[in-house]
Amino acid sequence: MDAIILQLLNGLDKGSAYALIALGLTLIFGTLGVVNFAHGAIFMIGAFCAVTLSKLFNLSHKSSEPSGTDFLGNPKYEDILYVKDWFGESFGAWMIDWSVPLAVIFAIPIMVGLGFLMERGLIKHFYKRPHADQILVTFGLAIVLQEIIKYFYGANPIPTTAPEAFRGSFDFGVLLGFDQNAIIYPYWRLVYFGFSALIIGAVFAFLQFTTFGMVVRAGMADRETVGLLGININRRFTIMFGIAAAVAGLAGVMYAPINSPNYHMGMDFLVLSFVVVVVGGMGSLPGAVLAGFLLGILESFASMNEVKNVLPGIDQIIIYLVAIIILLTRPRGLMGRRGVMEE
Amino acid sequence: MSKYDVTRRGVLRTGAIAGAGFALPTYLRAQESGYLNAPTGSTVTLGFNVPQTGPYADEGADELRAFELAVEHLNGEGDGGMLNTFSSKSLSGSGILGKKVEFVTGDTQTKSDAARASAKSMIEKDGAIMISGGSSSGVAVAVQGLCQEAGVIFMAGLTHSNDTTGKDKKANGFRHFFNAYMSAAALAPVLKNLYGDDRRAYHLTADYTWGWTQQESIAAATEAMGWETVNNVLTPLASTDFSSYIAPVLNSGADVLVLNHYGGNMVNSLTNAVQFGLREKQANGKNFEIVVPLYSELMAKGAGKNIAGIVGSQNWDWKLENEMGDKYAGTNAFVKSFGEKYGFPPSQAAQTCYAQTLLYADAAERAGTFNPCAIVEALEGYEFDGLGNGPTSYRAEDHQCFKDVVVVKGAADPEDEFNLVEIVEVTPVEQVTYEPDHPMFAGGELGQCNPGA
Repeated sequence: MDAIILQLLNGLDKGSAYALIALGLTLIFGTLGVVNFAHGAIFMIGAFCAVTLSKLFNLSHKSSEPSGTDFLGNPKYEDILYVKDWFGESFGAWMIDWSVPLAVIFAIPIMVGLGFLMERGLIKHFYKRPHADQILVTFGLAIVLQEIIKYFYGANPIPTTAPEAFRGSFDFGVLLGFDQNAIIYPYWRLVYFGFSALIIGAVFAFLQFTTFGMVVRAGMADRETVGLLGININRRFTIMFGIAAAVAGLAGVMYAPINSPNYHMGMDFLVLSFVVVVVGGMGSLPGAVLAGFLLGILESFASMNEVKNVLPGIDQIIIYLVAIIILLTRPRGLMGRRGVMEE
Repeated sequence: MSKYDVTRRGVLRTGAIAGAGFALPTYLRAQESGYLNAPTGSTVTLGFNVPQTGPYADEGADELRAFELAVEHLNGEGDGGMLNTFSSKSLSGSGILGKKVEFVTGDTQTKSDAARASAKSMIEKDGAIMISGGSSSGVAVAVQGLCQEAGVIFMAGLTHSNDTTGKDKKANGFRHFFNAYMSAAALAPVLKNLYGDDRRAYHLTADYTWGWTQQESIAAATEAMGWETVNNVLTPLASTDFSSYIAPVLNSGADVLVLNHYGGNMVNSLTNAVQFGLREKQANGKNFEIVVPLYSELMAKGAGKNIAGIVGSQNWDWKLENEMGDKYAGTNAFVKSFGEKYGFPPSQAAQTCYAQTLLYADAAERAGTFNPCAIVEALEGYEFDGLGNGPTSYRAEDHQCFKDVVVVKGAADPEDEFNLVEIVEVTPVEQVTYEPDHPMFAGGELGQCNPGA
């Protein structure tokens, strides 16, 4: 039982990342009709916003007096951090410790701006082109973004830590009446799950309870009619692209302490997120979230030793297997709408 | 509008003529000298096949730096580096056999097919007479096979699977780097001293050739000293989040987690294990411990503070001569050359690539020819010193180098980014040596050297 609860927690956590990326993908597909293969790269750039802010906080100058010798025997000068010079020892240390949560604020304008730039600068020219062209151009864009990050940050993963207060793990087992160490879960992963729930809730509330959201939803249902009413739906859809980029970017920022960011991490999530979108139903926002959590949980259960002993290698194919079964039984996905991606 | 009649015979005829045309230069080059790509002018070309793109690109860049430095030193430029400390005095800084050394590079992308294609291109188009480099055992085995078929020497870069000089060994291939068996043999006594002989180990293993041989080796070595292997879980190479594999570890009855992972896999699995608080827990009345059999400097950098106190093994470390004495002469000379040129100390991948280039050049000088079969003869059973690892020998039976192995652990409070690992001890070569017919290396034959003629 404890193993099942543990994998359920794991699944919710994995599902959070899948759901956030798939939500952004669906927003773009549902509004603009574009299949955006660069969305994984946006997630990766979000994680590198956290890396960048951490590096900015760690910028330093050298001390005037040598403090020892370097590996070649030359005088070595101590690094003195600017943030500690400017904001004092304790506040400077706090800024460095909390660089990932602070990066959320830092990342929002960057990600929205990047979204606008991508949409206005490149993707809008492909609205009327076949989906295959859109996939090719956005995939190319993803590779370009990856290589830019690799050029500046290298190929090696860059460790990015959570604030001291959220390091370590929480013993759920004791809370639920199990033995000590039976169900242990890292604090930061719990924070990630809560953060994802908050972002997902905020996006749904924005679409459901604001006039802007109402127009966007109307545009997703019937773009032409909304246009005939004199509403500039394209401008709103551009803003939605920016919001979708911010959602994926924030998912990346908060993911940075879970696994050290590297330039390739977006690609690792991209394929899975597309499967999530297809399983959820193309263009369905609740479908994307539901499928994200469902596949995350199934992936975690498939990694259990008891399951792998019966079905070796199942952990590698479970997501695709479930996708096949769902698409065979429900060709539009779990919550897909009639007419989307259909002739 | 012109009309072209394409016939089956026409296609065959054109294909045959074109094929003969392409093959002729290679055939002639081989026929004149008795071996492929014999240098005819005043230069000789070496091919350095390293990952320039993909997840190991940083390691590949470091290998390339070392190759460039080695070529500089062979051509008499710079301070000479390990040429000054190498026990063989055949190399004088005037190239190899009087020919200036030039090099071409290829990108393995850490993919076997891409690595073979780039090596093939360097051999066929650029006339490379030797191929070296690489950061993966899968790639090393693939390129070694290609070099054997083509008839050039392969001086492997970073490859740690037992198979490279085990079941996949080839007469034209030589490995300076240590292997999974040696890591395990060096680590086991240290682990016993640190954590005792009554331990229960849980293994997470990357599901490919290196992972399998690493797990087999470390499990055998630790079981021989009394440890029990509780479980071995194979993890897909493409995994990025290991939480589902880590979560059951604490409930498994194990008190040690062995991560048979390398590169990004290792960085992520170790980070996940630390996040789950494994290092702060107790199991079976003992502190829970984590072991990473194969370390690299770049992995330590990627894992950050999570590496503190974690034990593993290395082929070489830049602090070796300073901390362990003159036996490891050559280390400081290499660190000085490399550090002054690039601004940071070399990695173990760089050291092995530098040493391999010098060893190839020296073998050619001693043999008096670039003929691969003469070079194989010169390297087989060759004993040398002064290249940073202490006294070393290239065993004739499997073309594996035998030398001391460095056991390291992550520094708790590193003074800078170059001191992420501390040397725990150096395991003498006798302790890591095995018979050529050891079961973990069985199944392959060296075969005959191929000069490509």
